[in-house]
Amino acid sequence: MSRIVSLISGIIFGVGLTISQMINPAKVLSFLNIFGNWDPSLAFVMIGALIISSPFFYLFKNNKKPVFADNFSYSNNKKLNKKLIIGSSLFGAGWGLAGLCPGPAIASLALLNTSSVIFIITMFVGFYLSNIYKTKKNS
Amino acid sequence: MNIVNFTPITAFTGGLIIGLAVILFFVFNGRLIGISGIASNFLTSKNNRMDNFLFLIGLIIGPIVYKFITQKEINISISNSLLLLAIAGLLVGAGTRISGGCTSGHGISGIGRFSLRSIVATVTFMIVGILTVLIKNII
Repeated sequence: MSRIVSLISGIIFGVGLTISQMINPAKVLSFLNIFGNWDPSLAFVMIGALIISSPFFYLFKNNKKPVFADNFSYSNNKKLNKKLIIGSSLFGAGWGLAGLCPGPAIASLALLNTSSVIFIITMFVGFYLSNIYKTKKNS
Repeated sequence: MNIVNFTPITAFTGGLIIGLAVILFFVFNGRLIGISGIASNFLTSKNNRMDNFLFLIGLIIGPIVYKFITQKEINISISNSLLLLAIAGLLVGAGTRISGGCTSGHGISGIGRFSLRSIVATVTFMIVGILTVLIKNII
């Protein structure tokens, strides 16, 4: 059952990215262009998503079991460290260069766009490299 | 500063729909949606691999469902400089893994749980994204 929920969540998420136009890199770049011709629309994506999700996070905060899994599993990392700032900065630079972040990039594969394919390939190379680095560091 | 192409209603609606996907995945599967995490775990970890795969497939089906229901074309405009896309993808891939999240993982799931770490990450990648666009426009 969890697999059906995964598929459905993915579809709904993809629909949301499309309706909001978060899937359009040009829209993202004009959202980030606050010193030029600024399109503030995408701030409302975050507001909408937070209004609906945060009450549920709060309600389910205390030890209730999820419906199709044994327990809630997510990171409870609270560390504010250099890695957080460096990683977020690298991500911000990539986001500002192409206007793509992981969700919209993958969803845009539906539009059979070669540009997003290039981005996704190197994004996965980035995942892979940082994973090797992490494993090496921990061993 | 000039405000252009402002579409707060579709952005907000898309945000609500994204929030709905986040709730479903959380309440039923006990997990938080972070696309960079789901995509990189699909690549590097055997845990929940099928769930992660189906979520990503759903993400690609999302825009197709949107097109089918609304009968509207999805217009996106994306850079066709392969070098720029490749560098951006690498930065996004490595950066999101170093900081443990992207626009969805930190920006929605993390902030929705009032995680200070995610707030710091989101503010950082927003600022760097804005600066990157600014510098790109100057050059």
